Amino acid sequence: MSTNERTSFLEMEVDRLTKELSLKNREIDVEITLEKIRVKALDMRSSSELKETSTILFQQLKELKINAIRTGIGIFDDENNAIELWITSVSDDGRLFFILDYINVQVHPVFENIVEARESLQPFVLTILEGANQFQYYKTMSTFIDILSWKENMASEFFYSFFFSAGTINVVANKELTSEETDIMIRLASVFGLMYTRFLDLKKSEEQAVLINEEKKILELTLENLKVTQKQLIQSEKMASLGELTAGIAHEIQNPLNFVNNFSEVNKELLTEMNEELDKGNYADVKAIAKDVIENEEKINHHGKRADAIVKGMLLHSRRSTGVKEATDINALCDEYLRLSYHGLRAKDKSFNANFETNFDSNIGKVNVVAQDIGRVILNLFTNAFYVVDEKKKKKSHPAGYEPTVSIHTQKNAENITISISDNGNGMPEEIKDKIFQPFFTTKPTGKGTGLGLSLSFDIVKAHNGTLTVSSSEGIGTTFTIKLPNPKS
Amino acid sequence: MKILVVDDEQDVKILFEQRFRKEIKNKEIEFVFAFSGEEALIYLNQNNHEAVLILSDINMPGMSGLDLLGKIKEKYHAPPPLVMMITAYGDKENYDTAMQLGADDFLTKPVEFSLLKEKLKAIQ
Repeated sequence: MSTNERTSFLEMEVDRLTKELSLKNREIDVEITLEKIRVKALDMRSSSELKETSTILFQQLKELKINAIRTGIGIFDDENNAIELWITSVSDDGRLFFILDYINVQVHPVFENIVEARESLQPFVLTILEGANQFQYYKTMSTFIDILSWKENMASEFFYSFFFSAGTINVVANKELTSEETDIMIRLASVFGLMYTRFLDLKKSEEQAVLINEEKKILELTLENLKVTQKQLIQSEKMASLGELTAGIAHEIQNPLNFVNNFSEVNKELLTEMNEELDKGNYADVKAIAKDVIENEEKINHHGKRADAIVKGMLLHSRRSTGVKEATDINALCDEYLRLSYHGLRAKDKSFNANFETNFDSNIGKVNVVAQDIGRVILNLFTNAFYVVDEKKKKKSHPAGYEPTVSIHTQKNAENITISISDNGNGMPEEIKDKIFQPFFTTKPTGKGTGLGLSLSFDIVKAHNGTLTVSSSEGIGTTFTIKLPNPKS
Repeated sequence: MKILVVDDEQDVKILFEQRFRKEIKNKEIEFVFAFSGEEALIYLNQNNHEAVLILSDINMPGMSGLDLLGKIKEKYHAPPPLVMMITAYGDKENYDTAMQLGADDFLTKPVEFSLLKEKLKAIQ
């Protein structure tokens, strides 16, 4: 090989390598562009970001020396036979600007071409805008969007649309794209398509997140409403139990008042009689009468106090709980609420009747409790007990000679003060026993019970460091037991 | 005249005894007391026909006055004692039930003793 030949060969080789290098460089540039589009698309969080994506596309095509007058992204809206167009263009003074519109495909053949080509699954479609066609395009588009106006002797425009699943990437150029350029654009559309699909999924999940968030807000509101309702229910439970008491209270006050009135009338008679005997000088009789008068005065005093205690108890019950523990005569408290609940039910329902038995441990003395609260518990247990025995009595199926009976038993031992309230109702099955302390659980017909009584009672006893338990045998009866810690232990 | 008073309030005994002290002293009226419907029935079973008049409260734990009334009028046929019901609840329902069961009279609490005395005189 001569020197000339060698030089020529080397030149050819250099030339070849330069070309190869330039191709490689081009490929790298394309890859960079694709990457930039991919990154932007990956980053998209809302449709409005298509604007920036469209602008980046425009700039990137410039970098790749693909000269576009306009670039854009079109998203198909099949349902409305329309296309959402995100277009970036450059103004006469070289400024980038952006336009967006929503265009029915029928407004111009260019769009109809796109839709047709999409159906035939081509990778892209080219529509050449020139002459009347171009004029028509600008005229039509200007009614929609702020596009550059048509100019006389305008160069032909090559309107390319590269497809991805949900739309097209549009490039409008003044000359036909080379096959290398269309290849790049096809790749670009495919990359963008993948990212756009991902974006749609993201948007869907974000919409769902918004929906979930809204539902969460609704649920929070519902919860808030429920809490308010619960508070009202607790209050109404208190008022309901007070309502149950009212009739009992009226009866329990009427009885002692009758005695007060009757004994004072008797005393008036006796004192008149005593005067007569004094006149006669029958001092022995006077003494006997005086003794009776004193006894009657004691009765008046006793019944006056009885009425007084009931009124006080009623006030205590209706008042908001002070939460303050006071030395309380547990036996007296139990006795009072037993009578109140019995007479309350009696007054409400004439056919109601039951025996009650008391077995009080006189050694209990006074125990530090919040009297209103423990009173509420006891009242609730009594009311329930009377309710179940009465229900049993009213059912035909009760055993012959059934005597509805409610009993209370108090006891003090080294560790505990125990208050047991028993009934001989039908008892309850295990599955109900597990639920009775749950709020809003009730076996009573709608409107008869709030379902809060036992749940509140449970909480009250717990707040006293005590326990409220239940034992029950089906067909035989139920016993509720309150255990309070013995303060002296 | 022997009167059986049935009431779950124990002090009713003292009250009646004092209100009718003259009548008791003069042996015009004799009172016996029962503090529940059950107790009243036991008394009546053991002392047949002794009580001419029964004054019974209606609202008592266990056997109510109306239950007692029904049992008396059902069981003691010839002639059953007079039964006067006394109740704090003078409503129509109670009144009608008492009358239906054969009550001879119906008084509401608080008892007006002057009225009761007049009624007793009429019976005597």
